[in-house]
Amino acid sequence: MDFEEFGKFGIVSHTKESKAADLVAYLEQGKVMATRCKKCETNFFPPQVDCPKCLDSEMEWIEVKGKGKLLTFSMVYYGPIGFEDKTPYALGVVEFEDGIKVFAILSKDIKEDDISVGMALKVAPLKSADNKIYFQFQAAG
Amino acid sequence: MDDVALVGVGQSKFSRKCGVTIKELVFEAFREAMEGLDYTNADIGASITCSSLYDNQRSAEGPISEYLGLNPQPTFLIENACAAGSTGLRTAWAFIKSGLYDSVAVIGIEKMSGQSSREVAEMMGRAYDVTWESSFGLTMPGGYAMHARAHMSKYGTTEKQLANVRVKNSYYSTMNPKAAFRKALTLEEILDSMPVASPLKMLDCCANADGASCMILARREVAKNITKIPIWIAGLGSGSNTGLTRRESHTSFICAKKAAKEAYEMAGVGPEDIDVAEVHDCFTIAEIIACEDLGFAKPGEAPKLVEEKGTYLEGKTPVNLDGGLLCKGHPVGATGGSQLRTIVNQLRGEGGKIQVQGAETGLAHNIGGIGHYANVTILRR
Repeated sequence: MDFEEFGKFGIVSHTKESKAADLVAYLEQGKVMATRCKKCETNFFPPQVDCPKCLDSEMEWIEVKGKGKLLTFSMVYYGPIGFEDKTPYALGVVEFEDGIKVFAILSKDIKEDDISVGMALKVAPLKSADNKIYFQFQAAG
Repeated sequence: MDDVALVGVGQSKFSRKCGVTIKELVFEAFREAMEGLDYTNADIGASITCSSLYDNQRSAEGPISEYLGLNPQPTFLIENACAAGSTGLRTAWAFIKSGLYDSVAVIGIEKMSGQSSREVAEMMGRAYDVTWESSFGLTMPGGYAMHARAHMSKYGTTEKQLANVRVKNSYYSTMNPKAAFRKALTLEEILDSMPVASPLKMLDCCANADGASCMILARREVAKNITKIPIWIAGLGSGSNTGLTRRESHTSFICAKKAAKEAYEMAGVGPEDIDVAEVHDCFTIAEIIACEDLGFAKPGEAPKLVEEKGTYLEGKTPVNLDGGLLCKGHPVGATGGSQLRTIVNQLRGEGGKIQVQGAETGLAHNIGGIGHYANVTILRR
């Protein structure tokens, strides 16, 4: 398996073959998006194009915006294959408006000592040097 | 209603590197499980292999059932991450209850030494959603570390309180000849160990290992004829959870609470009735969460329970007296069977140095992933 590719948020390796691949186009436009079922109005992040409650696929894209609250985090010092050179990196779960929760990496601009549960963060797309795109949490200032 | 019994249990020695094939490793566990039974391989109705197949062998149930002399009976494979062993037990129980078989062998196996630690970290990481979670470099320690952080933030739990779990389990591991790590560790050693995923350090984490386990289950009429001390399956519970992102709580596992409730109700007992327990301590925080999900302590109070030695041999609810996953090592598919073997030996009064005097009711709690899958099993003498 191509670990290197796998290590880059899988935009190429996994989401390319997902019906939710529009997320990538939105990321290119600077937006992180979730999906919402038009029938029952349930929000989905990670975005999914099918609603298990309604067994329906009529979804709309909604933006994950504003300040969220960091629910928990960890600074990873021992990385798996593909991440050996990226350590240490901080991972966290942030809750936004409407109860949307996002799991992502925290920007390297945030120092470890400054990270605390409950802090305000926003989520934004990040383009890597090798032209792949994913999203990360940034200080909400 | 005690219809199904565990009549035989066994496990290989767990080690960092076994140096033998998975078939040879499984044989060690199978032989111990069959010891003293008035029963032959040909009498066993079916076999279930429980594994995440870290070894190169695919469909391991075939070569394993052949090596153990369990053909031409049907054989199946169960993959349920680290909960596979107890899911195997649940499946075997249902097979017997349905009347399909009189007895079933449940075999747990994992040989992880063929991969480097980083390779295993990557493979285990892929037990999360590969699209949205593993893709950020999420590891098992990383996921549990986030639960540890949440517990610390909500309840004021300290790193020292987490380390207390390893102090206890390492103390008891010195009495378990089948454990991979058998050295009593000090609080300082644990707190000073290398950071893996904050706040977890190396000695807050279990290690990958090679190992096998085996359980033989039989219906009442058979059990009574082939063994002197059948141990009855009194209660079973099982559940699942969302991935890391969407779950409601990072301080408790909804699947484990559901499994515990079901198992207690079925057995007609409560947490206060459990004489001895094995819980899934893949990380120190996992034992803390387990003790709370099982009701041994109120939410947020397990750190105090460990501190006050309530989970030691002489305590109210002895937990992980065989050293737990933290010290035995964690050969994924073999772990559930190893936990149940410890409880069966306790209820038979064959616990040796770790025997809880008069133990009549025991519990095993087995988790897969980071609280993705849970099984709780209550056994009775």
